[in-house]
Amino acid sequence: MTTISESSKNLDMALSNDRARVLKNLVLGDKLFSFATRAAAYAVLLLLAGIIISLIVGAWPAMKAFGFEFLVTRRWAPQLEPEPVLGALAPIYGTLVSSFIAMLIAVPFGLGIAIFLTELCPHSVRRPIRLAIELLAGIPSIIYGMWGFFVLGPFLANYVEPSIVAAVVNIPVLNSIFSGEMVSNLSLFNASLILAIMILPFITAIAVDVFSTVPPVLKEAAYGIGCTTWEVVNNVVLPFTRVGVVGGVMLALGRALGETMAVTFIIGNSFKISGSIFAPSTTISAAIASEFAESEGLHQSALILLGLLLFVLTFIVLASARFMLMRLEKRAGA
Amino acid sequence: MKFTSLIAAGFALAASVSVAFAEDISGAGATFPYPIYSKWADAYKKVSGVGLNYQSIGSGAGRKQIQAKTVTFGATDIPQKEEYLNTNGFVQFPMVMGGIVAIVNLEGVAGGDLVLDGDTLANIYLGKVKTWDDAAISKLNPKSKLPSLPIIVIRRSDGSGTTFNFTTYLSAVSADFKKSVGAGEAVEWPVGIGAAGNAGVAANVMQTKGSIGYVEYAYATQNGLAWTDMVNAAGKRVKPTLSSFKAAAAKGDWANAKNFYLILANSSGEASWPMMATTFILMYAQPSDPAASSAALKYFDWAYSNGGKMAEDLDYVPMPDSVIAQVRSAWKGIAK
Repeated sequence: MTTISESSKNLDMALSNDRARVLKNLVLGDKLFSFATRAAAYAVLLLLAGIIISLIVGAWPAMKAFGFEFLVTRRWAPQLEPEPVLGALAPIYGTLVSSFIAMLIAVPFGLGIAIFLTELCPHSVRRPIRLAIELLAGIPSIIYGMWGFFVLGPFLANYVEPSIVAAVVNIPVLNSIFSGEMVSNLSLFNASLILAIMILPFITAIAVDVFSTVPPVLKEAAYGIGCTTWEVVNNVVLPFTRVGVVGGVMLALGRALGETMAVTFIIGNSFKISGSIFAPSTTISAAIASEFAESEGLHQSALILLGLLLFVLTFIVLASARFMLMRLEKRAGA
Repeated sequence: MKFTSLIAAGFALAASVSVAFAEDISGAGATFPYPIYSKWADAYKKVSGVGLNYQSIGSGAGRKQIQAKTVTFGATDIPQKEEYLNTNGFVQFPMVMGGIVAIVNLEGVAGGDLVLDGDTLANIYLGKVKTWDDAAISKLNPKSKLPSLPIIVIRRSDGSGTTFNFTTYLSAVSADFKKSVGAGEAVEWPVGIGAAGNAGVAANVMQTKGSIGYVEYAYATQNGLAWTDMVNAAGKRVKPTLSSFKAAAAKGDWANAKNFYLILANSSGEASWPMMATTFILMYAQPSDPAASSAALKYFDWAYSNGGKMAEDLDYVPMPDSVIAQVRSAWKGIAK
């Protein structure tokens, strides 16, 4: 009896020693792990701060030379004597307008596809369509650029844009927006269309995800009282998911604002603000991509300042997207 | 057995590669002379075993690389002024010349069918001549029936030596152009679509009906693009050929050009092609690696002596013998 109790006591002691050792090891591992993860997370913050600081340092000469004028100057003359005149208005205009047109096209298409996929689509077709849209997101932007340059641009300039120009030639306002003065393969509109195709998968993917968060009981109730599909989508699905959809759209906008390679290929790289969307233009990222390698001094500094402006612009867009998604989560939790 | 021999082969390969790297001449800069530099390098490697590692990244970037001392020589299509050479301690000399042509994309128009003069070309690039049937163009080309298409102007979007030489010519022939645009690597174009590089301009003109662009002559012939003849300073219609390039080059007063600072634009002479480009080499007078520096000079020396025919095959114009003699004496300023 005693032997058993003693041995069990010994066993207990051995066990507790073991446990202490194991626990100690675990604590050490835990500490290391938490340290490593924390270091990784802080490194990202440091990296971000470093990027911002180096952008500001690089942009400082241009900020000092041009000041606030930089934001409202339309000219871009890097080699003007005696002093270069550089202004961000044309690239900012091109960036905002191309993204706006891209959203104008991609949002209705993207949401339409998402509604079709979640509400109307037969099961057999759903997967192939989703897959195709996800593949669109995987195509590298240089491929979009080449396709836009060699295929889409010439097609639009030869077959589509002349008929649009002819259709609106006598309608005031529209005839200056769709002016035929310089229809060519490379234009603001062509770049916007490529951008629209590029951001479409983002909008669709997020919209499909948030549409499937709608509780089936809500939809079933609506169908039950005799709603049509359109009424269900319009009165139940969209109001329930509005904030999430807006968040997805904002993420897509962030991508459109910063897209570089495809746009550089097809926007025409012209620092001009033209009323016509069929005229060549430029964006912030396209301007940096095409001029940075051969720039010097104030010119280079101005390009870095453009980069800083794009950073701020994109940050605002992404922050507001995050904010809206946060609100959605709060509401879904409540 | 197989494995060890594989490893041995790998080591041998690595050794030979590292040896090749150690001996290679390093340079960076202008894209315009890249085809001839690499052709010369291939031939030179066969006779000397020394290769060339040339980064064709653009004149401005090439100047930055040589200033940062990451390469032994920099190549620029824009001659540098004395002040820049002195502050950096550079020696500058010309390597090879070439012609710039205007290229057009019009149905039924082949190379040499059209002729333009400097003033009309300047007005096209100023956006003043807007359509192909404009009086200024049809006056020069009474026999050609030109369409009433808008002229789509294509120019460079990046800073470029070709642009520098082209705008220098347009500024020389048109007071309007000089006043509102001026000469430079990256100018404020009033009209047009920007394309990257000579190849980008050529591709854009090929793609766009009714367009006009400017490229080095080799890019026009390689891509089968229709170039235009030009009316030169003497008022004569000339074709872009090796002989008209040479005629223009012969007018260059190199003997009196300090540091070889000379821009061949709008040359006089009845047979001269008006739009020319010269590409220059920049090297340190007091190189930090004298061995690498003299290896580069040996390559250039060989190219001057043996590279003329190869240059002409690619539509470049070799430097005249008098200039080569002048360059060789300038090399005395580079420490061995």
